[in-house]
Amino acid sequence: MAAEDSHEDGHHHHEETFISKYVFSLDHKMISKQFLVTGMIMGIIGVSMSLLFRLQLAWPEKEWPIFEALLGKWGVDGVMSPEMYLALVTIHGTIMVFFVLTAGLSGTFSNLLIPLQIGARDMASGFINMLSYWFFFASSVVMIMSLFVESGPASAGWTIYPPLSALPQAMPGSGMGMTLWLVSMSLFIVSSLLGALNYIVTVLNLRTKGMSMTRLPLTIWAFFVTAILGVLSFPVLFSAALLLIFDRSFGTSFYLSDIMVSGELLSNAGGSPILFQHLFWFLGHPEVYIILLPALGITSEVISTNARKPIFGYRAMVGSILAIAFLSFIVWGHHMFITGMNPFLGSVFTFTTLLIAIPSAVKAFNYITTLWKGNLRLTPAMLFSIGLVSTFITGGLTGLILGDSALDINVHDTYFVVAHFHIVMGLSAIFGMFAGVYHWFPKMYGRRMFKGLGYAHFWLTFVCAYGVFFPMHFMGMAGLPRRYYTNTSFPMFDDLADINVLISVFAIVGGIAQLIFLFNFFYSAVRGQKSTRNPWRSNTMEWTTPVEHIHGNWPGEIPEVHRWAYDYSKPGADDDFISQIEPLKEGEVETGH
Amino acid sequence: METVLKIVIGILGVVAVWQAIRVFEISAKIKGSDTDQDVNDKDNKTQGFLLALFVVGLIGSFFWMVSAYAPMELPKSASVHGEDIDNLWDISMGLIIIVFLITQPLLFGFGYWFRGKKGRKAVFLEHDNKLEFIWTVVPALVLAVLIIYGLTTWSEVMNPSKDGEEPMVVEIYSKQFGWTARYAGADNTLGYANVQKIEGANVLGVDSTDKFSADDVVVTELHLPVGKPVLLKFRSQDVIHSAYLPHFRVQMNCVPGTPTHFQFVPSVTTADMRLDEHVITKTNNINEIRKAKGDDPYEFDYLLLCNKICGSAHYNMQLKVVVETQEEYDNWMKDQRAFATLTK
Ligand code: HEM
Ligand SMILES: [Cu+2]
Ligand SMILES: [Cu+2]
Repeated sequence: MAAEDSHEDGHHHHEETFISKYVFSLDHKMISKQFLVTGMIMGIIGVSMSLLFRLQLAWPEKEWPIFEALLGKWGVDGVMSPEMYLALVTIHGTIMVFFVLTAGLSGTFSNLLIPLQIGARDMASGFINMLSYWFFFASSVVMIMSLFVESGPASAGWTIYPPLSALPQAMPGSGMGMTLWLVSMSLFIVSSLLGALNYIVTVLNLRTKGMSMTRLPLTIWAFFVTAILGVLSFPVLFSAALLLIFDRSFGTSFYLSDIMVSGELLSNAGGSPILFQHLFWFLGHPEVYIILLPALGITSEVISTNARKPIFGYRAMVGSILAIAFLSFIVWGHHMFITGMNPFLGSVFTFTTLLIAIPSAVKAFNYITTLWKGNLRLTPAMLFSIGLVSTFITGGLTGLILGDSALDINVHDTYFVVAHFHIVMGLSAIFGMFAGVYHWFPKMYGRRMFKGLGYAHFWLTFVCAYGVFFPMHFMGMAGLPRRYYTNTSFPMFDDLADINVLISVFAIVGGIAQLIFLFNFFYSAVRGQKSTRNPWRSNTMEWTTPVEHIHGNWPGEIPEVHRWAYDYSKPGADDDFISQIEPLKEGEVETGH
Repeated sequence: METVLKIVIGILGVVAVWQAIRVFEISAKIKGSDTDQDVNDKDNKTQGFLLALFVVGLIGSFFWMVSAYAPMELPKSASVHGEDIDNLWDISMGLIIIVFLITQPLLFGFGYWFRGKKGRKAVFLEHDNKLEFIWTVVPALVLAVLIIYGLTTWSEVMNPSKDGEEPMVVEIYSKQFGWTARYAGADNTLGYANVQKIEGANVLGVDSTDKFSADDVVVTELHLPVGKPVLLKFRSQDVIHSAYLPHFRVQMNCVPGTPTHFQFVPSVTTADMRLDEHVITKTNNINEIRKAKGDDPYEFDYLLLCNKICGSAHYNMQLKVVVETQEEYDNWMKDQRAFATLTK
């Protein structure tokens, strides 16, 4: 292995400039931190936007000076304009899905953990890894820039369905704002692909001696499969975007046909807006698993370590990751049941969609069983992981309703959907990300976060999260459509006013609670208590590296792996954990194989 | 003033947190051990207790919401197929609620029961084929039932039998930001229409040279005779809209360039629905809220709403729907003008 030879002991004395160490770093640990901090900044923006439109939804008649201050001409006299509402929803969705939970989550933890947990000096290509981050950075900058264009940012929803997104005449946000959205997402896709290819190659080629695929921690399995999903699906989104760019700028008619908009008759003929939806959701559905699987992987690791028990059913867990990943490519049509698609096709998608419930149920039961008769150490990371299992179940269950085409007629595009996807994807993934940060913070910064603040953060976040999204089911069942600027135009929704207030209060409290996390994070990174090498008494290999980061991760040789990652509380062992690099004792039977 | 207050509260909050940290830091220094961010038995006890408390609260507030929010929900289905959908809904919902009520207490209960104690050892249990078999097969069986039931309902809804009464054809036309309905008239066939033919009063672009178009009737309120099948055909002028008729359990996208349709049988007249107990309660609740705000009282009506983001006024794109007896319908229709007389 070339990487090994060039990174012998003492290599970290090598002269490094500020730029090569902190900016254009090739080191996976630094790149991981870059992804995390950028993701956090985007997260702050995305969540703040949701608080703005929650103010609007709960108190539609009130004037909020903050709207005028922040939104300028879109918030004159403290009244948010409908155009701005849609823009905020769109950018909120885009940022949360792609920037926070795709790049922020995978970028941070795949980068940090893949080399450390498989026993590699670094990623297969440090340079490509660096490019991946900087494309992501550029993409974020363009997305933020798009907030400031004259005609407003993209506003057609994060799904940017044409013709709405294709025609500047249809809404102001489909002008320059949409162009920048497409540019930003193209950069994002490049970043994602570069990152994913690197992860795949690294996992396949750079595992240390003894680290067979069946000894990989579940985190790595999750990151690995996620990367494969990304490589297979993001190019399809790119093609969808490319055709949209053609329709917008070069007069083609891929998605456009028979249109008269704002009194102007367009000459486009023969295109189909539904084609876009097929292409979009061919990425879009795997995308939700690109978000979710890493969070589930993190949870597997955190739950097992803190339950002091092996993860229950390792093989079944790997199997269900693979099954979910495979199925996720043949269910995209469940987003399109009521586009007028052939009912038979709808049946097929209902069938495949409901099948996903089986591997998902296996995962949920295995997590619960892992807790059974454990010796649970309830760290903030552990609490967030338990929270994830809870939201994964709650949100997954309503998927059985939405995946059933006949029932989807009732609630498609209502707040029932908003509740469902926020709980199953938004909350689960965010909780997984928090769990990861709390758990691997000592690895990233060599210091500990404050547990008391962690607890406060968890409970406020968890209670508020349920408080925000659970009541939305009932609004959906009352027939309230999503993406409505206000529901005061329909007297039939007047009785929802109280729920709207309740939700917004929870949202605001939950939003403010994130300040505790931010404080804990940045303060602890600089002044937190110094961590020991293996603070959680964990089995995986990242805890065998020195606390101080060095290039190449291990001084001297990379240790050899002798067992799986889950020998916790193994009978006959001296301690309640056995590191993966510990050789089998005389007469010890290898487990998990 | 209020904002200033809020900002002050916000700042005070931050300051309070910061002070709390200082106290924390100082007390940590006094103790001076390098393990005080480790979780101890006391933490496990508190957090375990909170987990148990949480699930009690979760389940409690679930039941509270179910009862408190019940009056807001949509009334019983106003269409024939809607009853099948509602049955399927109730069964699926019942099922997932049961699973919810079993798994959540298990999860948090285990969190509480097995909270860590010094000196206790976890059980080493890495897998159990029998258990895993059970929770693969049981969900699979339950899902098989749901899938079969769901697909039967779906195919009945989407492929209404052809040998019944011939459905009345009505076109629902969408554009930013409003709905128009076009009845097919006595020949029950819609005249050809395309956006290219839009001109002046002919807002739907109906082709006046098509023989089927003369008796078409263009209106801005949808009237349907009760008990008669109706075939809605959807067309859009500009972007995708979605015709959502929640009371009838009907929804279909309106796609420019691609015609779509949905057939159903309205089963309850507007007048009868207004006498429904649930509707009366809901209407009274709404009117109380409206009175407090100084708004006019509201009377229940069926509505068609737009349910696909379509631009700035997406939130206010509605069409009133009236279901009435055949006689009332005929009377109403008599007063409408045929397309041929409109363009004359
Ligand atoms: C404080 C936390 C959050 C609040 C209060 C919140 C609130 C909302 C609400 C009310 C909507 C629907 C608006 C509408 O349809 O008119 C929405 C849309 C959305 N949110 Fe969130 N959200 C939060 C966090 C998240 C997270 C963590 C995710 C990550 C997946 C997320 C992803 C989305 C997406 C994808 C949409 C759809 C955007 C669209 O319709 O185009 N949100 N959010
Ligand atoms: Cu999907
Ligand atoms: Cu609309």
